[in-house]
This record gives sequence, C-alpha cells and structure tokens, in this order.
Amino acid sequence: MFEYLLFSLLNTLVLGMLFFMLSSGLTLIFSMMGVLNFAHASFYMLGAYFGYQISAVFGFGPALLLAPLAVGVLGALVERYGLRSVHKYGHVAELLFTVGLAFIIEEAVNLIWGRNAVTYPVPNFLDFSLFTLFTTSFSAYRAFMLLISVGIFAGVYLVLTRTRIGLIIQASLTHPQGVSALGHNVPAVFMLVFGGGSALAGLAGVIGGIFLITEPAMAATLGPIVFVVIVVGGMGSLTGALVASLLLAAIQTFAVGIDVSLGDIFARIGFQMSPGGLLKDLWRIKISHTGPILPYLFMVLMLMFRPKGLMGKRES
Amino acid sequence: MLEVKELHAYYGRSHILQGVTLHVGKGEIVSLLGRNGVGRSTTCMAIMGLVPPQGSIRYKDEQICGLNPHDIARRGIGFVPEDRWIFPGLTVLQNLQLGMKRKDQTGRWSLADVFALFPRLGERSNVHGGLISGGEKQMLTICRTLMGDPDFIMIDEPTEGLAPKMVEQVGELIEEIARRGVSVLLVEQKLSIALKISQRIYIMGQGRIVFEGQTEDLKNNQAIRKEWLEV
Repeated sequence: MFEYLLFSLLNTLVLGMLFFMLSSGLTLIFSMMGVLNFAHASFYMLGAYFGYQISAVFGFGPALLLAPLAVGVLGALVERYGLRSVHKYGHVAELLFTVGLAFIIEEAVNLIWGRNAVTYPVPNFLDFSLFTLFTTSFSAYRAFMLLISVGIFAGVYLVLTRTRIGLIIQASLTHPQGVSALGHNVPAVFMLVFGGGSALAGLAGVIGGIFLITEPAMAATLGPIVFVVIVVGGMGSLTGALVASLLLAAIQTFAVGIDVSLGDIFARIGFQMSPGGLLKDLWRIKISHTGPILPYLFMVLMLMFRPKGLMGKRES
Repeated sequence: MLEVKELHAYYGRSHILQGVTLHVGKGEIVSLLGRNGVGRSTTCMAIMGLVPPQGSIRYKDEQICGLNPHDIARRGIGFVPEDRWIFPGLTVLQNLQLGMKRKDQTGRWSLADVFALFPRLGERSNVHGGLISGGEKQMLTICRTLMGDPDFIMIDEPTEGLAPKMVEQVGELIEEIARRGVSVLLVEQKLSIALKISQRIYIMGQGRIVFEGQTEDLKNNQAIRKEWLEV
C-alpha cells in the first residue's frame, strides 16, 4: 500500500507538472487575449518533434534549449502575423484560425516525420533507475522532468511577480485597455505572452515526448486535458492551473491503480447490487477504467457549480 | 494644445460621436458636461485611441487620430477612465509604478508627492488594488495616470459615487494638477464642481457639442442648463 501511494504520488507530480507547463501559457493567453487557442497542444507536439530532430543531430542538451526557443519564435510569429490580423473579426474567427492552425501543424508533422511514432529515446545520461523501493523503481528521467518543471514554475512565478514586465502582464489580465492607456505596448506584451506560452508548450513537448510518445496524435491526446486544467483552475490563474494540473494528474494516476468496481463499493457499504437487471453492466465498471473520463466529468461539474474555476479571475 | 475637429465614432452600427469639435489650451481646465449617454466618455476614449476615431485630433500640432493608445499616451496624454480600471491583483504601490512609462521615469509627480497629497494611499501601499474603498480607488486611478507625467489629462467622472468631502478633495487635486502646468479636460455631471474649477465649458447633446463658452456664460444661461443638463 505504501509503495502504491508513494509511486502514485511521484507519478502525479511528474504528470501534473507536465500538464502545468502546457496549461500555464494557455491560461495566460486565454485570460489576456480571450483567445481559445486550439493550436496550443500542437506547439507541444512541435516541441517534441523539434526536440527529437535536434537531439538526433546535436544531442539532448541543445534540444532542450533550441526546440522551445524555435517553438516560441514560431508562436510569436503566429500571433503577430496571424492572430492579430484575425482579431478584428472577433473571437469566433480567432478560434477558427487556431483550429485551422492545429490541423496545418498536424498535417505538416505527418508530411515531414510520417504517421507513425518516432523513436525518441531517454538520453543516455538519464537512462538509469534513481531508486528502487520494494519492487518498483523510479527513473532518473522522471526526476529530471520534475526538476525542470518545478524550475519553470519558479521562473514563471518570479517573472510575473518580481519584474516590471510581469506586473504589466498581470495588469493586462484584467484591464488591457487600461494598461495601454498608461503607455505600455499591449500588443507587444500579447506577442511576448503568446510566444512565451508556446515556448513553454514546446519545452513540455521536448521532455514529454520522451516520457509519453512522440506521434502525430499526441496533440489531440493531450490537448483536451489541458483545456480541462484551465477551466478547473480558473482563467488567468497560474496557481489555479498548478492546483488543477496536480489534481487532475492525481485523479488519473490514482484511478488507474484502484481495481474495484462500482458494485464492490456499494457492497462494502451494505447494498448488494443485482448481478442481472438493466444496470448490471454499470456495476461491473472498475474505477481503473474510468480514469480517462473523470477529468471531463470534473470539468462539467465545475462549469455547472463554479464557472470561474478554483481560482479564476474572469468568468467569461 | 489639443484640437479636435469633426470627430466621429461608432459602436457597431451606432453613430455615437457625430462631429465633435473642441479645443483645450495649455494649462486650462475645461469641462465637458452633458447628460448620460450623450458621448462624453466616448469622446475621451476616441481621443485616447481606445475607440476607433474618425476626424481630426491634433495634439501639440501633430495629428494623432488613428495612433495606438500607448503611442498617444507616450506623447503626453493621460486618461483617467470612469471605470477606474484598477488592477486588482497588484498592490496600490504596484498600480502607481505601472503608471510610469519607464521604471526610472521622473517628472512633475513622484511617489512622495502622491503619498503627501493622499496619505491614505501611502498607508495602504501594500494592499491589493481590489481591496481598497471606492474613494481610494478614485484617488489611485488619478494618481496612477499622473505618475506617467502627462501634459494633458482627461478625467472622466472623477466624483461619481464619492462622499462630499472626497468630492472637495478631487476638486483641489484637479486645481493642483493645473497649477503644475497640466491641461485638464474634465468630464462631469456635477455642475457645481465644473463651475467652480473650470475656465471654459462645453456641453454635449446627442453626440455633438451644443454649447461652448466661459464658465460665467453658463452660470448666466438658465435656458441652456435646463435644456441640456437638468434631468
């Protein structure tokens, strides 16, 4: 039991911080610009592929630096020459633009790297077990992921709270017009945040592509969960995104290890469910099988009962 | 200093400003009066570039119509909005610091000035902007704009919802602003404060200027007051 709890907790941290790295940029972009960026997870995918490609030539170290940088520059260009032009036609046009962009990136990845997963291995210097407890081992790569993502969280937090540009970003979350009337170049701040958010997604891709899998469907796999994170955490709240990331990772991680059916749960509290009848299939469902739908259930409930999320700054 | 000619602005298909013409000279306090919904705030927003303007807006002999709001602010125009736009997650001090266009900006107003004029803001400098009272928010929003050292400032409904004592303080502050060489366009509904501190007055009605004159002219013209200001 202790072994299950400890490793589930560690895996929750690893997965949760990966979600956070993806969702932090998205929540800032959403809150500041009102743009529901459906292409955000595609930048994560690009980060993975750029990381894979650069690693193959120059090694993992340069990939960790260059791939997010390339994705960040691409994101900034998308904002400057794409979204900014579409902005005058309203949020629906912006949303359709990002949906189209997501398809373009996915097809481009298919064209360049093919439809199958690529082999993006753990770098040699991190390919060992950090420790083993009872029968389970924890890899050095997972610890490295955790270290990077915690470092990124600390960095983003410090930039937002201790620097002048961070204060301008925070102010723009609620009153972008007020910020521009004070003489600050809000469009440039938008570009910076969009580029920075894309770079963070790219970094998540560089390390997540190894941890999960690097394939053209990876954006579609992780994209929806990131939207769940920002809805549950609350628009524009980095702390909310962190809490929601860890919460949703915990739900998924712990659910996988609970091999109990709904019928078993009712039996333990004294209600024997009939093995036949209309609902017999429902009682047989195991908690471990519900892991993938639990985050979405959580999001629906959150939208019904607390639409601004756990720590949101805006309701709309 | 500021010359606005034939200014038009739209919200969607609604034609809000229908050819506003006004001017503000150096060091003047000019009031823009009128009932709710006649376009006074939209005039300020259009001058500031926050609503797309059409027409001519010349500031210090330069055409600024169509520039971005931040470019207009950097030319020396300040705007205190009716909604105050206090940044709730930032402290009072951080709100004031963001009023400065650069971190090391110096000018007519310093933090020490602001805290001397309004000691309450100094006492609450580490409190988040979202947690201070309405009167404190009003002082903060005016002082934040002053920290950017504008040569011309538009102040939209600064006394709305304030206690009489606070209204008096706002009036004194506006006079102090003018004493330091800053031109003021004051958008107001309270005739008393406008008559007390302004040199000239414009009245708006249905998207246009319907009266222009010295303060004394309005004091002596009950018909105009009745037609365009009284409810």
